[in-house]
Amino acid sequence: MKPFTYARPDEASDAVAALVADPDARFLAGGTNLLDHLKLGVVEPSQLVDVNRVTSTEITELDDGTLRIGAGVANSDLAADSRVRRRYPAVAAAILAGASGQLRNMASTGGNLLQRTRCPYFADATTPCTKRSLDEACSAREGWARYHAILGASESCIATHPSDLAVALVAVDAQVQVLGPDGARTIPIGEFHRLPGDDPTRDTVLEHGDLVTAVDLPAPAPAVTNSTYRKVRDRASYAFALVSVAAGLEVRDGVVADVRIALGGVAHKPWRATTAEAALRGRPATDEEFRAAITAELEAAEPVESPLGGNAYKIPLVTGTVVSTLRGLAGGTS
Amino acid sequence: MTTTIPLSITVDGEQRDLDVDPRTTLLDALRERLAVTTPKKGCDHGQCGACTVLVDGRRVLSCLTLAVAKDGADVVTANGLAPDGGSHPVTEAFLANDAFQCGYCTPGQVCSAVGAIDEARRGMPSAATADLAGDDVVLDRAEIAERMSGNLCRCAAYVNIVTAVEEAASR
Ligand SMILES: Cc1cc2nc3c(=O)[nH]c(=O)nc-3n(C[C@H](O)[C@H](O)[C@H](O)COP(=O)(O)OP(=O)(O)OC[C@H]3O[C@@H](n4cnc5c(N)ncnc54)[C@H](O)[C@@H]3O)c2cc1C
Ligand code: SF4
Ligand code: FES
Ligand code: FES
Repeated sequence: MKPFTYARPDEASDAVAALVADPDARFLAGGTNLLDHLKLGVVEPSQLVDVNRVTSTEITELDDGTLRIGAGVANSDLAADSRVRRRYPAVAAAILAGASGQLRNMASTGGNLLQRTRCPYFADATTPCTKRSLDEACSAREGWARYHAILGASESCIATHPSDLAVALVAVDAQVQVLGPDGARTIPIGEFHRLPGDDPTRDTVLEHGDLVTAVDLPAPAPAVTNSTYRKVRDRASYAFALVSVAAGLEVRDGVVADVRIALGGVAHKPWRATTAEAALRGRPATDEEFRAAITAELEAAEPVESPLGGNAYKIPLVTGTVVSTLRGLAGGTS
Repeated sequence: MTTTIPLSITVDGEQRDLDVDPRTTLLDALRERLAVTTPKKGCDHGQCGACTVLVDGRRVLSCLTLAVAKDGADVVTANGLAPDGGSHPVTEAFLANDAFQCGYCTPGQVCSAVGAIDEARRGMPSAATADLAGDDVVLDRAEIAERMSGNLCRCAAYVNIVTAVEEAASR
């Protein structure tokens, strides 16, 4: 590990200023992703700016019914909050489907959204990776691509975003509160993470020095109260998603009044299935309609063929997972 | 050149002061600097749970914790769970149920179990909790396996570990 200095400011603006003054400084929250990458040599910061004193650990309800989650709230505390569990079940379920009890106690809300991909070539500083350096090629396209993207990828990167929480936040239309050098701003979660395009080094739209201060969950619509998270993985616990779905459904008189579908493990960002949602609104809440809708969404899929393991299997896996999850939300057996 | 930073933590009830390079993890500070070898280094990357300790009452991975970030913290290892050198009910349940073979993962398992039982008592849900909206958690075997999934055991003593945690939780 390269040497670095450590600072623990008492004001959020000082944390932002410290990063702005030093392009090689990084924020430290729970450290569960950053420390791993420091040891692996994936990042080599000059300075760590600990944000634990400047990010709130409170969950507060605003006058308009919004639930504001401080960026410092631990993942385990977020999942245990009774308001989150009752009003936004997909959010609690998504957190509980990820990592382990110890990691959820450490991981922060802000850090969770900023965690980097689990592409094994990204984590291995000895293999070329365009996300680590724009001068290098992508090793995954011709390599082990089993965990990689089927939607929205580019020539330069086929990585997926690993956060379970972020997928659920997309389904409930969360808003990310950010403090930057020019003041505070709000970014809808659907616009927070990026597709790789020709610059996969950037996972999100944040600029260096932008601090996530809170995540707002808007007052829940009926489809959000009736939501859940389903994750498919290689083992039953303590593994990243092959694919996942955060879904919410409101059915009136057998007809879909409102539906939310966000997919994990399929793209560089949590994938809001807007085509499927539009296809379902006003349609009967049946397996046939669910299947037709997600099939329409996946028409854009471009699976990666690779001798070391491709990812075409994700198309039927996502299809089945979405159909069974929506069936469960409609009152059937999932 | 690195400058060291002074750090003061409580380890198993005893106050310890030291200067650390900012790169030092809590695990390395405990093992290499303070000779507290109870927490073990398995993977050093957050994947095995062997380094689990309680920090301010919550189970965490000491290998992914920077020591400097925990100035003033109360750290408890498997060795300091019971007051005055006695043995903790979870430790006793591990002994009574043969919940280990080589024992390398055991200090982490025991700390994790203490944390998990406490989380369940406080009503914190897990992925195995049937009613997410409910307030009560029943620590059945499925719940215990899920809540302990962050602790790997290369000897695969899992069956007896679950039994030990079940027994300790019911006391
Ligand atoms: C073994 C293992 C298994 C895991 N399994 C899963 C899983 O199944 N599902 C899942 O979703 N996750 C999983 N994780 C990842 C875990 O959820 C993340 O590591 C964690 O959420 C990151 O949060 P943190 O607070 O520890 O972030 P840190 O490691 O402290 O920081 C991560 C990044 O975010 C930046 N950052 C931190 N806080 C802020 C802020 N407020 N504003 C701006 N930038 C910030 C940091 O600079 C850094 O770049 C796993 C991790 C491990 C080690
Ligand atoms: S998929 Fe992206 S992260 Fe993985 S090797 Fe290619 S460029 Fe790197
Ligand atoms: S040594 Fe910390 S989790 Fe493996
Ligand atoms: S008892 Fe040997 S690793 Fe668990």
